[in-house]
Amino acid sequence: MSATPTATAKPARSPGERPSFLDPAALPFGFCPGCGHGRILEALDQALVRLGRDPQRVVIVTDIGCVGLSDRYFRTNSFHGLHGRSVTYATGIKLADPDLTVVVLMGDGGAGIGGHHLINAARRNVGVTLLVFNNLNFGMTGGQHSVTTPAGGRTSTTPGGNLERPLDLCATVAANGAGWVGRTTVFDRALPERIFEALTHPGFALLDIWELCTAYYVPNNRFSKAALEQTLSELQMPVGVLVGGSGGDGQGGTGRTGRQEYAAALRQAAQEARGQAGEQARPQAGDAAGEPERDGRNGRDAAALPRARRPAPLEPRYAASLRGRLGLVVAGAAGQKVRSSVGLVGRAAVLSGLWATQRDDYPVTVMSGHSVSELVLDTAPVEYTGISSPEVLVLLAPEGLKQVKRWLTSPGGAGAARIYVEAALLDQIPEAARRRVHVLDTRPLRSRIGAKNTALAALAAVIRQEGWLPLEALEAAAALDPRPELRAQNLGAIAAGCELALE
Amino acid sequence: MGREFITGAEAIVRGAIDAGCDFFAGYPITPATPILLGMMRELPRAGGVAIQGEDEIASIGFCIGAAMAGRRALTATSGPGISLYSENLGLAVMAEVPLVVVDVQRMGPATGGATTVAQGDVQFVRWGTSGGYSVIALAPTNAAECYRLTMKAFDLAERFRTPVFVLTDKEVALTQETVDAGDFVPEPVRGRRTAAPEAEFVPYRFEQLSDVPAAAPIGGPHLVRVNTSTHDERGFLTKDPAKVDRLNRHLAAKVEAFAEEIALAEADLQPEARTLVIAYGITARAMRGAVREARRRGAAVSALTPYTLWPVPERLIGQAALGVERVVVAELNRGQYLREVGRAVLRAACSVGVRPPAVEGLFRVDGETISPAEILDAILREGELRA
Repeated sequence: MSATPTATAKPARSPGERPSFLDPAALPFGFCPGCGHGRILEALDQALVRLGRDPQRVVIVTDIGCVGLSDRYFRTNSFHGLHGRSVTYATGIKLADPDLTVVVLMGDGGAGIGGHHLINAARRNVGVTLLVFNNLNFGMTGGQHSVTTPAGGRTSTTPGGNLERPLDLCATVAANGAGWVGRTTVFDRALPERIFEALTHPGFALLDIWELCTAYYVPNNRFSKAALEQTLSELQMPVGVLVGGSGGDGQGGTGRTGRQEYAAALRQAAQEARGQAGEQARPQAGDAAGEPERDGRNGRDAAALPRARRPAPLEPRYAASLRGRLGLVVAGAAGQKVRSSVGLVGRAAVLSGLWATQRDDYPVTVMSGHSVSELVLDTAPVEYTGISSPEVLVLLAPEGLKQVKRWLTSPGGAGAARIYVEAALLDQIPEAARRRVHVLDTRPLRSRIGAKNTALAALAAVIRQEGWLPLEALEAAAALDPRPELRAQNLGAIAAGCELALE
Repeated sequence: MGREFITGAEAIVRGAIDAGCDFFAGYPITPATPILLGMMRELPRAGGVAIQGEDEIASIGFCIGAAMAGRRALTATSGPGISLYSENLGLAVMAEVPLVVVDVQRMGPATGGATTVAQGDVQFVRWGTSGGYSVIALAPTNAAECYRLTMKAFDLAERFRTPVFVLTDKEVALTQETVDAGDFVPEPVRGRRTAAPEAEFVPYRFEQLSDVPAAAPIGGPHLVRVNTSTHDERGFLTKDPAKVDRLNRHLAAKVEAFAEEIALAEADLQPEARTLVIAYGITARAMRGAVREARRRGAAVSALTPYTLWPVPERLIGQAALGVERVVVAELNRGQYLREVGRAVLRAACSVGVRPPAVEGLFRVDGETISPAEILDAILREGELRA
């Protein structure tokens, strides 16, 4: 944003006595002589007047560039944000208050830097109306080329002629689900009508308005109205309503795709979620009941909010035998339910009045590789969550064993005090560590409880042997799972583990 | 009293909902994803809107738009995402947008280590956008504090109309731990000061530089003008030096003038202490164990856990450091908060005319947490020197 364009010599048409959203005190427009921006803003004003909404229910979101000066002329809500991001603020406003009329004014520069947001707003069909003030170059910063500069176009950054193909904004958003798409020029007498159509479309609407940048693109390219129309023709970019026009399949208010406007869809989904949860909703802004009451605390009081679905607290009701702190490391592989099984031990510890922390380590490929969980149990709240050397190490798979080798082979005897190892891994345990080893063999259990439940069975066996807490606590933790199938699997695994022999 | 086994991320979700948060947008990123998942699951049930944006820039943009339409907005990310938030954080400062941003720190720079703990964003959240400004950042050390400080973050964001960071880390956010259910009791959260419906509304009017302008939601009774460029009190772009000067001083003053009110820390001081240890976030937990052990061995030692990292709780740090010979700052970076502690300690010592204590750092940047043994070592090293 370097310079502010100086006031034009040609005064804009005064809105006079007719109803208008334009602020007479802010007029005339400050755009360059011959620039089309003022004409588009007048057309927008006429469309807004015809729409007849309360100005408080209209928001004009402006992007950066000369177009970003537009909000000052309107007596509506306005939001002037960052370059290319205007669609994101408009989306947030629309989602917060779905009944607002939200208009985005953006240049071709903003459509370039923020192109990702255009595509995604179209894809979501969020109900904002986007007017692109497309003058084929960056006006405010001195006539650099933009994503819509025609091939061959001379700009301050393409002095030899533009080598890039211009972006077809309309085709781009149309291909990605925009409900209403139109292209026109600032010379179109029906411009107010086109803008009105875009505004009344409930979903995402984009109107690509080609115009002349008299400061840069016109002098640099001997450009004119005729050349502009010729360029459109050569590029085979048609003007008119391209998607969702009246008389087409846009009738019925949901646009060509028949999709619901996104803010409305989101609101409906939330209401359904609340219905399923049987919870009372807070009033939504824009609901038929009207605005939520707003007092000095913005109408919200945390204590008065509906409670989200939360698990019932765990009431310690078992007696732990563990005294002091204990570090348990369980090293297995993906698919063994290591993390959730250790989580059950953690909950069992809480049910036994102990304090616990659980840290997990696994690769980003969650369905392959190692899965290692570290559990600290203590009779006092756990501060440091790390384990320098575990009291108990449980080895369930070669992938996990590889991750925790340091606790088998520490030269200073600082390795794990007690090691429980699957029989199949025994030959991988160094001789020096063997005297600390208990062997467990879950292989015979696989057909009965399933391979994915053997980690929990092994942990039940370890707890039985170690006696930190009663197995009833582990069963109680498993019984708390609201999912019947998992609950049955886990209880079965614990029962099987209780009978598992340890050598 | 019952207990729960819960992660810091889950506690943040719960704290946000209990604080009246009714808008969330975020983009998946390890290790902040559980907050996105929790908000997507829980917020619609609580009457709010939750959405996954197409990227981090869109996500914070959605939050900013919603916040100015009256919502209490939250977003959550990690280092790479905070980097993408940078420009919009500046907008939130300039346009006076109440917004809570959770940064679950992971190892950086760049993609760094997605599942590796670090505390390397401390200075980044302070200086992470152009222009210079004042920021608020709170650092929880456990799941219960994640809940409490997230609520506090909403209170401060609404009170001061500015982005507030909950600066946590992979270990605090992802570790499951036992929490007393009694620690999850909602506290009152102030809403932003709103303009009376019948009065004239001037979007950015403030009398004293440190006053926070009364707000009105877009779509409410007043016409609202939001502007991220330098603006006058009506929200119109201006380059008038007097107005621009007043705006910039206001943006800093409205936070800095209330630094004392915002400052939160836990001081565990011993009058005879020679050493003061300062740590925050996950590292504070190792510090507490180390200090207890040092005392058991007969050393006099003080500990300070700042919960407010920004603005720096200078008075609390200065008071804790008075009389000690040495201050040790333990953190998972190469001394980002050490420099702030050094300033605070020097200022405190100068103000009473005593020799300032030595300030030294205990750092780790290998992706492991600092252990109590390392901190104990640092404390006892001093003890031995004295003996």
